Amino acid sequence: MTTVSIDDAAIEAALGDLTLTAPRGLAPDVLVEVGRADRYARTESPIGPLYVAWNGRGVSTVGLARDDGAFETEHRERTGRKAFRSASLPPALAARIARRIAGDRRAGVRVDLRGRSDFERDVLLKAAEIPHGEVRPYGWIAAEIGRPKVVRAVGTALGHNPVPLIVPCHRVVRTDGMIGHYSLGGAENKRAILAAEGLDPDAFERRARAGEHYTGSRTTHIVCNPTCRHARRVMDKHRVWFRSLDAAADAGYRPCKVCRPASGAGAVAIPA
Amino acid sequence: MDTDEALARGLAHDLDGSFEALVLAHQDRLYTIAHRFLGDGHDAEEVTQDALIRAYRAMAGYEAERIRRLQLRPWLATIVLNLCRNRVARSRNVRGTLSLDFESQEGAAMSEPAADPAAGPAAELDRREARRRWAALVTQLPPAYRAPVVLRHVDGLSYPELAIALDRPEGTVKAQVHRGLALLRTAFEASERLDREELTA
Repeated sequence: MTTVSIDDAAIEAALGDLTLTAPRGLAPDVLVEVGRADRYARTESPIGPLYVAWNGRGVSTVGLARDDGAFETEHRERTGRKAFRSASLPPALAARIARRIAGDRRAGVRVDLRGRSDFERDVLLKAAEIPHGEVRPYGWIAAEIGRPKVVRAVGTALGHNPVPLIVPCHRVVRTDGMIGHYSLGGAENKRAILAAEGLDPDAFERRARAGEHYTGSRTTHIVCNPTCRHARRVMDKHRVWFRSLDAAADAGYRPCKVCRPASGAGAVAIPA
Repeated sequence: MDTDEALARGLAHDLDGSFEALVLAHQDRLYTIAHRFLGDGHDAEEVTQDALIRAYRAMAGYEAERIRRLQLRPWLATIVLNLCRNRVARSRNVRGTLSLDFESQEGAAMSEPAADPAAGPAAELDRREARRRWAALVTQLPPAYRAPVVLRHVDGLSYPELAIALDRPEGTVKAQVHRGLALLRTAFEASERLDREELTA
């Protein structure tokens, strides 16, 4: 039997040759997980194909774009981060987003709102509380977040909503009761999404033009936003309409504790 | 080392802005450490990702001065090794066996390029085959020697860095590296003898 010997220098040289290169996907996965980059995919929605970007902190962008390149550029300009193309959304995230958009409020979808001011964040999180199939005026959000005088800034914050549909800014309408603008492809999309949620935008605007901004029940003497789920249960023979909350108060109606109608809404744009 | 100091300064000043540079600078060596310790590419990838994510989250909670003083090479090595050890302990519990050291050889073999069957006798082993063999031998070292050997001779840490990474006195880690090399030599010579006996049988 022969003895083969090897010296330390040879062993050290052999060990020094054991270095490897990390797999290509490793760095992107790390950067996405800590929120220093995003992944994105195209997905279907009630208004056609949508781009959705996400990272370890949550969904960061929902938007329309001409093509992948245009989306990546816009995403980078807004967030300062790279976006890596994925074939599809992670199934669990896709399922939660679908349930959320369909009105299931138990389906939590985390959103990455870094880069938004505290005020914008307050506005977006408040908008996220509006139930599927209901709308609230801009003034309602302003009142709810304790800034009743900054109605216009609420509109601007919603116009910059980075995650429309998930944060349902389409459920916020003009204070005069008109459906109003929409950042995700324009006003027609807003009407289409609301119609898909079971709300008739034309009928809603018709009532607003007629000065019907709040509705109440003669049996309970409670006044609501017109799309509040409690208001919708009121039978026609008991229903009463108000031009303003003051008018409702004068008639002895108290505001609904669920939809909390905000004073001032409606009064602004109604011609005398 | 100088580049790491600059990197630590950058991270202290702007963690988010500098983190990608840290990932790109250290991912290969951390992946190498994990792969050579665990003997499996898939596990190594997961552990390396986890280590970098933990490093980011740890630094996010540190004061700037503490980040600036970090010795990134040993610090990151500590994180990746701790995760490697946790993973081995977990899979040992799952499998209910006492030692994984000899089971992981298969993983090491699979993660390396396949050996050329026409490579011939031991004296003519090409580089690829040598890598595969030495990787398997390293993975079979007892963990107490495997980590010091990998950090010193595969990753190339200095002994002072090794002492930081393993949180032991320099004299202890030196002794462990030497003992590890001696075990490697014995294992290598034993496997050579086996090969020759097979060839001459």
